[in-house]
Amino acid sequence: MTALAGEVQAGLWPDEPDTDAERPTVCEFTETWYSYGGGEPAVENVSFRVRRGDFAAVLGPNGSGKTTLLRLALGLLKPSRGSVELFGEPSSRFRDWSRVGYVPQRVEGLGIHFPATVEEIVEQGLYSGFDPLAIFRRHGRKAVLEALELAGIAHLRTRPIESLSVGQRQRALIARAIAGRPELLFLDEPVSGVDAAGRDRFHELISSLNREQGMTVFLISHDIGAVMQGATVCACINRTIVFHGPPHRITGEHLAELYGFPVDVLVHDALHEHR
Amino acid sequence: MPEIFQFDFMIRALIGGSMVAILAPAFGLFIVLRRLSLIADTLSHVALMGVAIGFVTSIYPTFVALIATTLSAAGIEQLRARGRLPGDAALAVFLYSSLAIAVIVISKSTGFNADLFGYLFGTVLSINDRDLWLIGILLVIVVVFVAAFYAELTQSAFDPDLAHVAGVRVNATNLALAILTGATVTASMRVVGVLMVGALIVIPVLAALRLARDFRAALILSIGFGLLSVWVGLIVSFYADLAAGGAIVMTTVAILALAEITGHLRDRLATRRGFATGVSTKTSGDKDSVSTVETGQGASPE
Repeated sequence: MTALAGEVQAGLWPDEPDTDAERPTVCEFTETWYSYGGGEPAVENVSFRVRRGDFAAVLGPNGSGKTTLLRLALGLLKPSRGSVELFGEPSSRFRDWSRVGYVPQRVEGLGIHFPATVEEIVEQGLYSGFDPLAIFRRHGRKAVLEALELAGIAHLRTRPIESLSVGQRQRALIARAIAGRPELLFLDEPVSGVDAAGRDRFHELISSLNREQGMTVFLISHDIGAVMQGATVCACINRTIVFHGPPHRITGEHLAELYGFPVDVLVHDALHEHR
Repeated sequence: MPEIFQFDFMIRALIGGSMVAILAPAFGLFIVLRRLSLIADTLSHVALMGVAIGFVTSIYPTFVALIATTLSAAGIEQLRARGRLPGDAALAVFLYSSLAIAVIVISKSTGFNADLFGYLFGTVLSINDRDLWLIGILLVIVVVFVAAFYAELTQSAFDPDLAHVAGVRVNATNLALAILTGATVTASMRVVGVLMVGALIVIPVLAALRLARDFRAALILSIGFGLLSVWVGLIVSFYADLAAGGAIVMTTVAILALAEITGHLRDRLATRRGFATGVSTKTSGDKDSVSTVETGQGASPE
């Protein structure tokens, strides 16, 4: 397996300078396969790695296996073949969850009058193991307030989470994810259902978390625009990896392969913004 | 002293009923939020099977019911967690097979129809000391569990995947939740009967969810509505000579209706106020005014 990993590694970063090798890997897929219930593979022979400080974007159409990839990384699924590692440990056995934040696309509990204020939801991000006195803990902890400030929703602190707009809920979930100061932040289609202005503000927020707070970001999206704003490395996936590298090297051909029809790349302006 | 307190059986009913009124909704909150209300229903049929077996074998029926619900709850949770069966399919298998066993056992034996009627529709007025002790012990266990695992329970209720990534052992939490649901069902069965157990677990919680703005308030309101239902139901049943279980469940429904009306009025008020503040803060800063207007609309999903 080590020989294979070396081979894959060499193929992964054809154009990147040597500095990359110095940054530790925080999440790594090695020849990962996954199929649901033994059917057609949803993820096919995927290998790539995310290094500390990266803003990694995984791009792919609906049904391309992006979400499966994310669930594998979070240890919610076990690969059928190959391996998925978080901070050097198989993700299904990983326990040090304070290093990881996660912003899901959808939350199961919302939509049924879930009785929680924004603050209570953000506090959940500070969970650090069994605490029998949790029910008596006071609100207003510093880390919660800071996370709310960073996410730009400090003024919504005492509001019921259900009364928030879609964009505000996403920010609340971000605040929840970053409250514990994770090293690695996973985001699943974070802007679906958010209007264009909200989307831009959202991407600014993620970029600043990456650049200013030094958080490694792993974002999946079907929206190429989302990926282009701030991402430092990009993987295009349609069950298997179609392209992997810096976003400015994505060509129309890659996208045609990805989406099954010709796509003009009109995103070069956005590209100049990233470092 | 009012007439109602002069009867020993009424005092026992009030004590037992009050303990169940705390127990069922406190736990029901997490069951409702996990959308597992059907589990309570399934386990109540399992409890019925336990009661039937208890009658035939002359073992304390509530105790047999407790064992049966505990084992079934663990079984259901294992099937669900391993993805062998979709959650509701696993429940259907347990519900119908235990009901079938209950029917067979009951048909094979004669002479406990009157007692069975009590288990189906509630026997709160004939609660004995042994029942009170059992309910009391369960109450202590559940209250300690909910308090100690408050963070784990609320995390799992919000979203199991998020809870997993936060470091919560979701499967273990779910298993404990399912097993204690069985215990809760068995205890509540004495008060409102097997057929209406789900009502006492679910309906006070629905009323609380309509009004509560944070989690602790929801927990306290659920318990408060549960207690109110049992007290009002018992008093009405005593003076109007109605079936106690039915009166209690109808009270929960009345409370839910009142909560819905109150919630609706409050939403309308909030919408009006939300728009007003939205306009007034427009001068103070762009970003804030946008979100305030959004929130005004968000407050009334209807």
